[in-house]
Amino acid sequence: MIRRAILKAIAVPGYQVPFASREMPMPYGWGTGGVQVTAAILGRADVLKVIDQGADDTTNAVSIRRFFARTSGIATTTRTTEATIIQTRHRIPETPLREGQTLVYQVPIPEPLRFLEPRETETRQLHALAEYGAMHVKLYEDISRHGHIATTYAYPVEVAGRYVMDPSPTPKFDNPKMDQSPALQLFGAGRERRIYAVPPYTSVRSLDFEDHPFRVQQFDQPCALCGAEGVYLDEMLLDDAGRRMFVCSDTDHCEGRRADGHVGTGDAV
Amino acid sequence: MSAPLLQVRGLTKRYGARLGCADVSFDIDPGEVLAIVGESGSGKSTLLSLVATELAPDAGTVSYRMRDGVLRDLAGLSEAERRALMRTDWGFVRQDAAQGLRMAVSAGGNVGERLMGLGERHYGRIRGTALDWLGRVEIAADRIDDPPTRFSGGMRQRLQIARNLVTSPRLVLMDEPTSGLDVSVQARLLDLIRRLAAALGLAVIIVTHDLAVARLLSHRIMVMRAGRVIETGLTDRVLDDPEHAYTQLLVSSVLAA
Repeated sequence: MIRRAILKAIAVPGYQVPFASREMPMPYGWGTGGVQVTAAILGRADVLKVIDQGADDTTNAVSIRRFFARTSGIATTTRTTEATIIQTRHRIPETPLREGQTLVYQVPIPEPLRFLEPRETETRQLHALAEYGAMHVKLYEDISRHGHIATTYAYPVEVAGRYVMDPSPTPKFDNPKMDQSPALQLFGAGRERRIYAVPPYTSVRSLDFEDHPFRVQQFDQPCALCGAEGVYLDEMLLDDAGRRMFVCSDTDHCEGRRADGHVGTGDAV
Repeated sequence: MSAPLLQVRGLTKRYGARLGCADVSFDIDPGEVLAIVGESGSGKSTLLSLVATELAPDAGTVSYRMRDGVLRDLAGLSEAERRALMRTDWGFVRQDAAQGLRMAVSAGGNVGERLMGLGERHYGRIRGTALDWLGRVEIAADRIDDPPTRFSGGMRQRLQIARNLVTSPRLVLMDEPTSGLDVSVQARLLDLIRRLAAALGLAVIIVTHDLAVARLLSHRIMVMRAGRVIETGLTDRVLDDPEHAYTQLLVSSVLAA
């Protein structure tokens, strides 16, 4: 049943397919949608990686990885390059994905129009008629209030020139990685009971204005641990004196670089 | 005489055993202002909802002359065509501004929404047009980023008008736009509506229980009672020389100022 929903989602890129979400051995909001999608597509030969905010070692990621290892006996990894299925919350790995890999997103609120239109019957109609003018109202409000588009995560995208989609709360930094990605991208929202997908090599365009084009976040300094530039950084608080450090959000990417001999300044700011 | 913009024939709506409105027919020419008057419960608002295709009639048709000059039955439009018509060529100013506006979105966003719906993707141009329209409805430019929750009742109605007129519609429906406003604010709003309707050549259907509003704005008037049209004619004729007994009662019950 979930596989049918996934197939339909792949056939209609960006369209939210309703499905009968099941009880999972975890609370809603912890990745029940992602777990169901992952469980539906796991095969014997698959290697699973689970990340939470880019990290392999946070509670949620460790628990889900261990759950699948124990129940399905599947191989797991923390290396992006070795994984065939990557379940993620809030990030896309820095290492470019390749053909044959599948990225499974955990989605809290799948409906990009929700904040403007609370009625589900109405949002479905808006999607059906491709009436997306209201989406730009949100961006307009951002610019009028902040002088630039201040939405930094869950930044709405148009998929394959048709459906407007919420890319889940990934930072907009990751939006360009979705465009023409060789990997299959599946989105599962457990509580909201929706599955949607972006097939490989599909156009994913971030909405914007002609005079306020889409831009990703910029960071002033490289990762303090591995010296990487052009990656998404997390701000780590080091002590109660307010010392902070900016490090890679993608732990596997950071560890890989350090193993290759890259060193950051290690400086706090 | 030009061809009618809107043609209504035999509109009937029942709510179970009760009658919403029965067998209403009228035409509106481009640029004409029609007032529908009557007391509460006379079927005015039902009629307006039927014309706006928000309610489905039990009998009768509403036909509209599209921009290509062809008169089409609105019931025969696809949902996409119907919605496109409603948000470009038509406007609807509601009695309760909270129904006609996005209360959480700034005034500029409210005015710009229809433009963005039509595919405008240039922030500067949208803002320029919004500023222009706020000026035309006498809302100060420095209020463009305020949400309508911070506006007075009269300003909200004027913002609704700007939001509706930004796409240059040809027909605007108004449901009691001045009720609930105090008299001086009413006068200013009516004056604005009259000026804009004349300047833009708008056809307007205005539903009101206030004969003074009808007198000031409309060319023609339709008096309704218990779901039926009992008298129709030129505004001055109906108000100065009412034929039907009920209309006479209605006119005589207005206090002379």
